[in-house]
Parts: sequence; C-alpha cells; structure tokens
Amino acid sequence: MVGPELERLIQVLSRLPGLGPRSARRAALHLIERKDVLMRPLAEALASAADSVRRCPVCGNFDSVEPCAICSDPRRDDGLLCVVADVGSLWAMERTGAYAGRYHVLGGLLSALDGVGPEDLGIARLVTRAAAAREVILATPATVEGQTTAHYIADRLAGTGVAVSGLAHGVPVGGELDYLDDGTISAALRARRSL
Amino acid sequence: MTTDPEDAQDASRRLAVRRLTLTDFRCYPFLRLEADPRPVVLTGANGAGKTNLLEALSFLTPGRGMRRATLSEVARREAQDGAPWAVAAVLDGPGGPVEIGTGREPGSERRTVRIGGSPAKARELDGIASALWLTPAMDRLFTEGAGGRRRFLDRLVFGQDHGHAAAAAAYEHAMRERTRLLKAGGGDAAWLTALEDAMARHGATMAAARNAAVARLDAACAEAVGPFPAARLALAGEVEGWTAEGGAAAAEDRLRAALFRARARDEAAGAATIGPHRTDLAVRHAGRDLPAGQCSTGEQKAVLVSIVLAQARVRTALSGLAPLLLLDEVAAHLDATRRAALYDVLSGLNAQSWMTGTDERTFESFGERAQYFRVESATVVKNDFLPTDEHR
Ligand SMILES: Nc1ncnc2c1ncn2[C@@H]1O[C@H](COP(=O)(O)OP(=O)(O)O)[C@@H](O)[C@H]1O
Ligand SMILES: [Mg+2]
Ligand SMILES: [Zn+2]
Repeated sequence: MVGPELERLIQVLSRLPGLGPRSARRAALHLIERKDVLMRPLAEALASAADSVRRCPVCGNFDSVEPCAICSDPRRDDGLLCVVADVGSLWAMERTGAYAGRYHVLGGLLSALDGVGPEDLGIARLVTRAAAAREVILATPATVEGQTTAHYIADRLAGTGVAVSGLAHGVPVGGELDYLDDGTISAALRARRSL
Repeated sequence: MTTDPEDAQDASRRLAVRRLTLTDFRCYPFLRLEADPRPVVLTGANGAGKTNLLEALSFLTPGRGMRRATLSEVARREAQDGAPWAVAAVLDGPGGPVEIGTGREPGSERRTVRIGGSPAKARELDGIASALWLTPAMDRLFTEGAGGRRRFLDRLVFGQDHGHAAAAAAYEHAMRERTRLLKAGGGDAAWLTALEDAMARHGATMAAARNAAVARLDAACAEAVGPFPAARLALAGEVEGWTAEGGAAAAEDRLRAALFRARARDEAAGAATIGPHRTDLAVRHAGRDLPAGQCSTGEQKAVLVSIVLAQARVRTALSGLAPLLLLDEVAAHLDATRRAALYDVLSGLNAQSWMTGTDERTFESFGERAQYFRVESATVVKNDFLPTDEHR
C-alpha cells in the first residue's frame, strides 16, 4: 500500500507514547501533506535535539548545556533538593513555578519485580548531594513503587541531619505527578510533610 | 432498608439494561437484545449460551467479569486470532439512558471502555452500573478453600467502598515485591522495610474496610427475609482482629512489626505468612446455628442468596444505586417456596435482575412480573407467552 520509506516512518511513529498503528498512519499522512511547513522543520528539530540534548551529569535533567540551566541558575536555592522519578515530573514541578530549589532525577523507581534496585537509581550519589542541602523533598508518585522509593531514600538520609519531607495532600493514590494539574502540585508542595 | 414488594419502585426508575449488543463475544458472533426494566429470564439447553450472556453483562462493571476470564478467553474462538470483541449496552436508570461500551480493540491487550461514546476508565463504570452475581461455581464457596471466599468477600467490600480495590492492589503489589526481594536473598534491609511499610499501611486500610463492610452486611443479614435464612458473617484474620481491637493505626504498627519478624520464615516459605491476604470469611446459618459449610447444598444456596440480597440492600442504602443481579442457574437448588419468595424480592428491587435456567417451569411464579427469552445455539428469542401458557 505504501512504499518502504513511509512504512518505516509509520512504524517508528507508532512507537511513540499514545500512538497506535492507526494514529501513526494519520500522523505520517499529516506530515507528508505539510512537507515544508511541518515535516522538514520537524526533521531538523529532531536532528538538532538528538545532537545537542543530553542528560545533566549533576541532576539528571535533559538540556543542551552542561550542567543544565536549572543547575547553573544562581538564583535557585542550593538548600532545597527535590527528588523526582523522571524528567516528566521535573517539568510538571517547573510548570507550577512554585519551586525554586534544585532537582535530583532518579531515572526510575525501586522495583524488585522489574529488577530495578538502589544501584540502578544512583541513590548513593543522591545521598552525597543531599549532604549539602537543608531539606530534601521527595516528590515521587503516590504509587507503591513511588512510596517505597521515598521511604527507602528517607531511611538512607536518616541521621545525616538533613530534613526530609514528602508531598502531602491532593496527590491521589496511584497518582503520577505528570498527570496532575499544576494547582494540585503546588498545593501538595506547600503542604509537604516531614518524613 | 427492607425491600417491600409493595412499594416496588416505579419501573421507569429502575436501573436496567434496555439494549445489549454482543460482537464476537464467547459463542456469539453478533447478538442484539432489547429488554424492558422487568427481571429477565433466560432459558435454554445446556451449552446454549445463557451464562455467556450474563458474563457479557458482568463486563459492564470494572474487573474481569464473573468468570474472571482474560480478554482473549472471551473472544469468540472462531474469530481470527487477536480479533476484537465488544459488549455494548444502553442502560436506563434514575439519571436517564447511558451508553456503555467495552471490549478489546485489535492488537490491544487492554480492555477499552466507552461511556456515552467517549473513552473512559473502567473504574468510571462504578458510578453508572454495578452488578452482583451468583454462579453455580459458587455453590461450593463454603466448602472449598479460603481463596474463593476471600475473593467473594473483597467483591462485596469493594461494592460498598470503592477505595478498597486500590488498597488491595497496592497491598498485593508491595507483597509481591517483598517476596521477590526475599527470594533474591533479601539483601537490602531498608528496601524490605519500605515495602513492609507499604504492606502495613495498605493492609490496615484493607482490614478496616473489610470490618466496616462485613459489619453492615452482617446487620443486614441478621434478619431472615421470607424463607431466606438469617446468616451471620464474621472475619477470621489477624489484621482484621487487630483493627477491631485497637483501630487501624495500631493494626498498621502491629502488621509492620509482624512482617519484620517474619522475614526469615517468609523467605523459607517463599510467601508472606501473615497479612490480610490470608483472611477468611466465616459464615453461619443463624437458624440452624451451624457453619454454612455444614448445611445442605440447598441451604447453602439459600444462605448465598441471603447474602447477595443483603448486599443489594446495603449498596442501595449507601449509594442510592441498586446493583444489577446476575443469577446463573439460581433456581437449581431452591425449593418452590424459596423460588417464589426470591421472585417477589427481585420484582421489588430497584435494579433489573437477570436469571438463567434450563426449565421454564421453575420461573412460573414470576408470571407477568418478568420477561422471558429463549436461548438456543447462540441466538436469543423473546418469548411472548408466559412460560405458564406452555405448560398449562
Ligand atoms: N471463547 C469462546 N468462543 C466460542 N464459544 C465459546 C467460547 N467460550 C465458550 N464458548 C461456548 O459457548 C457455549 C455456551 O456456553 P454457556 O453460555 O456457558 O452455556 P449455558 O447456556 O449452558 O450457560 C459452550 O458450548 C461453550 O463451549
Ligand atoms: Mg450456564
Ligand atoms: Zn542539572
């Protein structure tokens, strides 16, 4: 029905989150029909992001500068360290504009069933970074894995003298930070409780 | 909270399936059925497709339906591999008609749900329709292992407290993680502690919800309804006992400590040896003062019916929304008096009930209060004559 190039494009598109084969075909068609105003700019944006964006060695965020813009912003509070599961959660926190400290992106959550342990999450590195902070805010999701990871980190930080808090109200059980509205996150941030 | 057939609700306000459409579901390539709000009686030979139809209705609620089947098991065998199936219904109730659709889309392993034509989450179905069912497999509920009773219990609890499903799922998840970690040598004690904390928090929540639900149900079951026996319900489980004794917070601490102490034992057993996943539901036939498991088959069935009717009353009192009742082969072990009494109760309920049987005559005493369908090799035909007409 379609040539091999288009077939390949559809296949790759269908691997994007939220896109199945059917919507991938629709997206491919949409791109082809708008070759100059959409498809080429997209291809260029993809190529340049692939070349320049990398993981920040300090916090785990994605940016084209090293360290990332958040880590190198002098107006941010070094005393506050917010621990999130992934960059999506970092972005969700940033959208609220309610937080002006630093971040630590774990890149996952503890899961024995998926074979993800403390070493995979670089928790030792987090403990080292936390020594320089006043307060560590654990903003992992309210899922079993998120709460287990938060509990584990709180345990590892116990006795280091740094205050540890977690997001409090408004985050429903099973809630992924990324899907919550910004007002809910700000409220949870203000009402954080110590762990 | 009693259901008096005299003040039978205005049939137009009863929660009812008005139209049901099945596509490649079990033995049905396609089926369209229109019904009015009265109780529905489906009769037909063994293997005709009666239970499959009730199962389709059970998919209008969250979960895996009344046979706990996978999405591929319910797909019609003769349809191509991985083919879609669908159950669509128009429900009418106090809030007006709602369209519900559910099924598997091509190539997907997840159940899709649509409410009023828009994609929805399965748990959103709760606000619209709920269902309670009795199947022949449950005839052995009181004599077989605790697992079946625990599932029955948790479905009843969930019907009263929707948060229970999330707590139970979180508890199970943390428990599986802990078991895996123990099997792998349990190296990281802080990780185990974190998982035991999750088990303790969610486990105590589960126990509290179970206690509250069983107390309501026991109160509703304590009085006999017509010839249906009074039943007494109680929970046999440490965590439920601790919760009843000292509250959920104390139970949480005790479970956390007990899990910590049980690490070596659980590692050897390859499973958690303590917790609400081991709780049993103890049911007694009050009139005979016997555990239900020691009563006759017919008495056990009558006790089950008592519990289901009590749950329907509790649910209606809590949410104002009565559940659909799916009663598979319900007449089988009941005598004529009990059948007549059951039909009286069902005629007065605020939600439609669906019943199956092989013999039309067992439904005679329903008369015009019910509607009748004949199921024959995956087709369903409305019987315009009352079953009594045929046998007069
Ligand atoms: N996935 C399936 N595809 C096709 N037929 C099925 C499927 N699952 C069950 N059946 C068949 O449907 C028929 C009717 O089953 P059932 O509804 O349980 O009958 P009954 O009327 O006795 O309750 C049985 O013959 C069974 O083998
Ligand atoms: Mg059957
Ligand atoms: Zn950074």
